[in-house]
Amino acid sequence: MNLILDPLAWLILLPLLWATLAFVATDRYGPRLAIAGLVGQLLCAAMLAQDVASHGSIGHLAGGWAEPLGIRLFADGLSAVMLLLTQGVALALVLYARSYFSQATPPAFWTLTGFLIAGMNALFLSGDLFNLYVTLELVGLAAVGLVAAGGGAAQIAAALRYLLATLVGSGAYLFGVALIYGSYGTVSASLLGQLINAEAPIAVWLAAGLMLTGLLLKTALFPFHFWLPPAHGGAPAPVSALLSALVVKASFYLFLRLWLGPFAALTEAQPWLAQLPAALGASAILWGSWQAIRADRLKVLIAYSTVAQIGYLFLIFPLFGTGALALQAGILQVTAHGLAKAAMFIAAGTLIKVSGSERVLGVAGAAVHLPVTLFAFALAGVSLMGLPPSGGFLAKWLLIDAALDQGHEWIAGIAIAGGLLAGIYVFRVLRLAFRVTIADDEAAPLRPAAVLEWTALALAAASILLGLFAMPLINLLAGVTR
Amino acid sequence: MNLNELLPLAVIASSLVPALLIFTLPEESVRLRTALNLFAAITKIILVGALLIGVRGGEDYAFRHTVLPGMDLVFKVDALALLFVSLSAVLWLFTTLYAIGYLEHAPNRSRFFGFFSLCVTATMGIAMAGNLFTFFIFYELLTLATFPLVVHRGTPQAMRGGTIYLAYTLVGGALLLAGIVWLHHLAGHTEFVQGGLGNALHGINPTILQAVFLLLIAGVGVKAAIVPLHGWLPQAMVAPAPVSALLHAVAVVKAGAFGVVRIVYEIYGIEFVQTLGVLLPLAVIAAITILWGSLRALFQDDLKKRLAYSTISQVSYIVLGVALFGPLGTIGGLVHLVHQGIMKITLFFCAGNFAETLGIHKVSEMDGAGRRMPLTTLAFSIGALGMMGAPLTAGAVSKAWLSDGAAAAGMDWAIWVLTASSLLNAAYFLPILYRAWFRPAPDSWPHEEIAARGWRETAWLLLLPPLFTATATIGVGIFADAAFSPLAWAQLIARREYVSLGQ
Amino acid sequence: MSSGLIFAATGCLLFVLGLGGVLLLKALLRRILAFNLMGSGAFLVLVGLAQRDGTPDPVPQAMVLTGIVVAVAATALALTLARRWQALTGREDIGRVGDAGSRRRSKQRERRKAPR
Repeated sequence: MNLILDPLAWLILLPLLWATLAFVATDRYGPRLAIAGLVGQLLCAAMLAQDVASHGSIGHLAGGWAEPLGIRLFADGLSAVMLLLTQGVALALVLYARSYFSQATPPAFWTLTGFLIAGMNALFLSGDLFNLYVTLELVGLAAVGLVAAGGGAAQIAAALRYLLATLVGSGAYLFGVALIYGSYGTVSASLLGQLINAEAPIAVWLAAGLMLTGLLLKTALFPFHFWLPPAHGGAPAPVSALLSALVVKASFYLFLRLWLGPFAALTEAQPWLAQLPAALGASAILWGSWQAIRADRLKVLIAYSTVAQIGYLFLIFPLFGTGALALQAGILQVTAHGLAKAAMFIAAGTLIKVSGSERVLGVAGAAVHLPVTLFAFALAGVSLMGLPPSGGFLAKWLLIDAALDQGHEWIAGIAIAGGLLAGIYVFRVLRLAFRVTIADDEAAPLRPAAVLEWTALALAAASILLGLFAMPLINLLAGVTR
Repeated sequence: MNLNELLPLAVIASSLVPALLIFTLPEESVRLRTALNLFAAITKIILVGALLIGVRGGEDYAFRHTVLPGMDLVFKVDALALLFVSLSAVLWLFTTLYAIGYLEHAPNRSRFFGFFSLCVTATMGIAMAGNLFTFFIFYELLTLATFPLVVHRGTPQAMRGGTIYLAYTLVGGALLLAGIVWLHHLAGHTEFVQGGLGNALHGINPTILQAVFLLLIAGVGVKAAIVPLHGWLPQAMVAPAPVSALLHAVAVVKAGAFGVVRIVYEIYGIEFVQTLGVLLPLAVIAAITILWGSLRALFQDDLKKRLAYSTISQVSYIVLGVALFGPLGTIGGLVHLVHQGIMKITLFFCAGNFAETLGIHKVSEMDGAGRRMPLTTLAFSIGALGMMGAPLTAGAVSKAWLSDGAAAAGMDWAIWVLTASSLLNAAYFLPILYRAWFRPAPDSWPHEEIAARGWRETAWLLLLPPLFTATATIGVGIFADAAFSPLAWAQLIARREYVSLGQ
Repeated sequence: MSSGLIFAATGCLLFVLGLGGVLLLKALLRRILAFNLMGSGAFLVLVGLAQRDGTPDPVPQAMVLTGIVVAVAATALALTLARRWQALTGREDIGRVGDAGSRRRSKQRERRKAPR
């Protein structure tokens, strides 16, 4: 393939390009650059998905340099889904942010967003463990910068905690990479998949443990979730959406890749290992939901909902039996949650902007004066609860089906109970919105810009429609080798 | 895509598209919204008419769309589906008219009518679902779309009613989901097949199948308000009258009862249910619900709550009919699905009229209402007499078939249950009629809002729908043998369900 | 024991020390330095283990160079945030975080403060 026109390379180059330009240009041009760039990236991702659908998987040697010194980019169905999700959600969020920050943009917001997306795209396209480390750090540092963007003491504290957590996580990962390289002399994920077997030396087991634990820390799986609620709940709404919908998924993606690729031999040799992430995931669902049910502030509620929803992602690990159900369930959950959570955070952002109150009680009466935003919130909630028709529902269905298939009934039970708990915290907000407020005859609150309302609705609608048109996604995943 | 695939989709779209359009309409565009509502309701009736003629002629209407590997969204229009579809479509038209009059000056009407149409869409989906997967999608959609209608008024009572409604229906949905996925896992698919899944279920541990049956029935039983899962229905009566009328007397509870029919006949198969030994417990629970609902109704002073408990009791007639092994009981249950809907919606329309016109909410306030509002009270009386099973009304037809079914199935106790229920019905309806017709009117009504003008005792949009449905109550009773009557249609269904069993 | 293994063992020790520091220390500056110690440990292991056959392997050298760049960037960001935190609050630590439990505790602390 023509190296210059390869969408693989441009998915990384474009965001780097517009991020740098946005740094040099004034704030006026930032959003335009971002929107133009993301439209291009979305096209690239679509082209890539097309290619992957017909060829299975594709590779690209960056700059034409051969391995091991050159960097080999690689994409299969799993990467294609993640890339499409990232570009699509990011485009909607950038449109929202442009209007949300119309008065004052936090410093370097557009630049950091660009670097963040570049980092994620590179992560989804990397095939070697060290390169993955670099992308992980790029994502982490950009995300920390965005959390701090609000500038208040609470945000700085949240950013610092997040930074320390993410640095420890990637530090553990790097240490693992060092042990792996020392044992096998390569960091190529596909080569390692063939080299590592159940008789691997203790150093490799240690490396796997460190790398996977580090990634759990970055994914904020219970009990490593402590940094997430202040960071996601305290950042400006578009940032919260970006972090909750996409960034935690990046480290999950890597966890999944390692689990199914290089470390597959280890996890298959000791099947009980797979119960660990599932047990943590179940605890995350219960604990996150419980905290969301009793949260006082709206965005903290949504952040805890993310803690709970991440739990679902880890329930799939004991279920990788013979079929493809578990992988499909996991990736559908990633996609549905990405769309729904982005929609919910920006809808909450609009609600807070209009009501002026960050508390859950602030949504009272929103059904009357902000129907579109509330509708978006509700649709997103439907997907989070796993009610049909929505992507979240299909994910839950597949998860239960896979759990019954593999004889892990308790996972099916947790999935169903988690849906009910989500119902409690989602409807806690929705029913308040229908309450008639006493201040109804006062001057109606300001109507927010249309784009704030409709981007949320578009994202939420996408998470619903995913529940009816999931076949393209499933077909993309069909070629993913385990 | 040919016409036979498009028609079911068109039935869905004829309320889904208007729902979405209505959401976007500003509050003030009353005429456009009204036109859209009526156009949609009439379009739907025309489409359903076409389907009725086609299905009777043996035509197959099915639409299939793959959502996940091995899992399809299926709309299939068979005789059973059409029974429910046509009931909902016709009553939707009347309720829309009624709601336009009822909500004339109320706030948030775009939201109301939007969700109202969405509920009808969900009901259509439930009726036409070709497998449990599709059924579940629309079953939950119905829960979600009714919630905003229950809490529509935004008062603390409405909030409370809405919360209780959700607590019951969401848990019910979760049970149903568990049952469906389990069944899907065991049998490989969940398509509705005349006569049941048959071979796919053989060789599976009966205890597991019983557990799945329990989950499924508990799941749909919440909406069908089977005791002890009925607690939400009286609480949901805080909703505006059109909602109580269409949704809580017809669409929602019937969705549950309809689910019982599909699960018993087309998933498990009536014979297999019998061999599993779960048919008798189902009949017993239905009988308990019938008696319990009637008993509770006796002690309600709130008119709508009395009607709600009456609904609880009457819907289980359907379940009882299903649980009586044999075609006669099936016919009785299915025809009651339609007849009860027509009668109960009449009663709710009338209750709404009393409340809107005179501010009457309680049975004890009904004294002399018949003189002030004779037409409404007449309609109410017809509905009530029908509920008791008075001759020439719809209720008489269903009760006769149910009793015959019970006798044929050798379950004589069921006849006693039906008789006792009829007596109880009389005991809680006749005092209302007595008060309305024979007691003197008070000096002033609790809250008279609409003054009488000539023969028009209230707004004509509020008056016409109950008169139509009251006429229908008598019409389907007298012309029970006509070609497209609910009874004839129920017989057609029973013939098809039992022929496929080789009986 | 070859020199490579000595490097690697030292690296392990440094990593554990650093990790303990980040997790256990209170002062922000110390935690940031501890993170750097962690990084150095990992780099030593990377270079040390790859040297077993005596000839230096260029790939881990390149990796360590990249890693150092990343670590410098992370340190710079952390220091900037720490300074900003100190400017805003005058404090040098950010305390521990947790869920409701700690929130309740902090509420109690506030309540205890209030009467004064």
